[in-house]
Amino acid sequence: MKKVTYRNQISKVLGISLVVFLLSSISLFAQDEVAAVEAAATEDTSGGDAAKGKALFNQNCAACHAMDRKMTGPALRNVEARLAEDEGLDREWLYAWIKNSPGMIKSGDSYAVKTYAEYNQAAMTAFPTLSNGDIDNILAYTAAPPPTPAVATAVAGDVASSNASGGISNEIILGALVLIFGLLVMMLFLVNKTLRRIAEANGVAVVKEDAEKRTPIWKAFAKNQFLVLCTVIFLLLGSAYFAYGWMMQVGVDQGYAPIQPIHYSHKIHAGTNKIECKYCHSSARKSKHSGIPSLNVCMNCHKSIYEYTGTEGEAPSQEDLANGYTNEFYTGEIKKLYAAVGWDEENQKYTGDTTPVEWVRIHNLPDFAYFNHSQHVEVGQIECQTCHGPVEEMEIMYQYSPLTMGWCINCHRETNVKVEGNEYYAKIHEELSKKYGVETLTAAQMGGLECGKCHY
Amino acid sequence: MNSLKKIGIVFGLLAVLVSCQDNSKPNYQYMPNMYEPVGYETYEEVDFLPNGQEAMLPPANTVPRGWMPYGIENTPEGKELARLNLSPLDSLQRDANLVKGAELYNIYCAICHGPKGKGQGTLVKNEKILGVPSYDDVARNVTVGTSFHTIQYGLNSMGSYASQMNTEEAWQVSEYVMQLKQDLTK
Repeated sequence: MKKVTYRNQISKVLGISLVVFLLSSISLFAQDEVAAVEAAATEDTSGGDAAKGKALFNQNCAACHAMDRKMTGPALRNVEARLAEDEGLDREWLYAWIKNSPGMIKSGDSYAVKTYAEYNQAAMTAFPTLSNGDIDNILAYTAAPPPTPAVATAVAGDVASSNASGGISNEIILGALVLIFGLLVMMLFLVNKTLRRIAEANGVAVVKEDAEKRTPIWKAFAKNQFLVLCTVIFLLLGSAYFAYGWMMQVGVDQGYAPIQPIHYSHKIHAGTNKIECKYCHSSARKSKHSGIPSLNVCMNCHKSIYEYTGTEGEAPSQEDLANGYTNEFYTGEIKKLYAAVGWDEENQKYTGDTTPVEWVRIHNLPDFAYFNHSQHVEVGQIECQTCHGPVEEMEIMYQYSPLTMGWCINCHRETNVKVEGNEYYAKIHEELSKKYGVETLTAAQMGGLECGKCHY
Repeated sequence: MNSLKKIGIVFGLLAVLVSCQDNSKPNYQYMPNMYEPVGYETYEEVDFLPNGQEAMLPPANTVPRGWMPYGIENTPEGKELARLNLSPLDSLQRDANLVKGAELYNIYCAICHGPKGKGQGTLVKNEKILGVPSYDDVARNVTVGTSFHTIQYGLNSMGSYASQMNTEEAWQVSEYVMQLKQDLTK
């Protein structure tokens, strides 16, 4: 039995290593392919340098044009070939158009006027600074075949291979440990049995200890009244402690992390891409509320960012994949935003058909407590993270602080008010610092503990 | 053995209690009618408004507090008209306005346009948004008027920032943009 399991294990290891080897070799081939494709792209026949073209394209054109989809302007893949075929326009026309498109529309060029009308009369910026050589490079880039699928398989292969090797090695270790433990237990039993047999054979009687004559321990305990009293007091105090703890957490929503209608990751927005908190929560600067951004604020960026591609050159982490946070998942969430705000991706237009997103509110003070964001954010210059915790690391938003009165008061006692350079505080600082005999004033000394400041 | 069982039961009960804790639901409250407001709260869902939505656009022909009507239309001709506009802010307060403008610029604009206005913000570096121009681009000829016009209406892929800044703040940012342009062309 022992041997058979062992052999299985070996064949498994062999099989897995074969799989890993195959996968890694696939990815190697895939990388070769990518290189080949890229080489082909740079040696384009049209005489431009696609690599330089890409840089120029990203710098000048990408704000309004994408390769394979309409944005503010038309898609540009193979634009030169398409124009030559459909409209009979040559590269000279493109030079003229890119360098001075408004001029061409004014001069009444038929295709120029037609395109201008088709794209909602969004005038294309003139690029007089681009030389003919620059435009050649850009056109070479637009004519290059898309390299993406090869890259995708390579990445997938890498992920799969690393995944397989990581998961299996752990399993093997665990399995081996269980096996060893089982063997030890079995050996113990066997040794015990043999020893007993030997004893029997030799005529040695194994004496069983009999505990029947002793008083059971619970009876002894019940007879000792002092011990009972102590135990009762201990139990009462202990349960009072736990009951108090339980009652104190009623109404406290620390750790509350509801499921939101759109999976919005603060980690990606505020963490990876370093977007300021106040970019979206702009009313935190001047209102009681921090503000849930209306969807037009999302569309400021997501008009251009229509899919999630992760961090450049990095595959999604194992942890994210385990949670189902794949690139496709995030892209799906962006589509949810488009559906809610009524954005027609195909035609790059708002349809006017909107549905409100029913976000679930997380931080909610009871009605009898007043809190004002602008007072803390704008005047107090307090970092958002002081109360909301490491939001830039939160994949799912949760309530970090207890938001209890004790927590508020504690911070008011410890935090100094920034009075420097603020004329509003000049007089009050002078008088209060004399009264308390201190140079810096805490919020509490400025009246931050008065009941009426928050409860009225 | 008996006591072991009992301890086991106690721990089992505790485990059941702990497993009842569900972070996707809010906790119990003692007196909910002291917690919940009688009046309408911001962003509340109400039955008498379209879509049940409280957050709505202001009615037509009204101006929110802190706003001034902007008389220029969102057309290429309108933009040319705006090019000649001058900042209405007090020039004696220019330094204070620039400080405020810089603060707002770093919140709203620097993420794409970059802290120096070169078009190299974090989102551009991460290749999320591409093609952000530099303010010293000759063909664009950014002026304080077009800058304000663009903040007001957005341009091409850039959205309108009118919902995030009021009129004064938009002018402060526009003045700061001109400052950046000056530094770039220097």
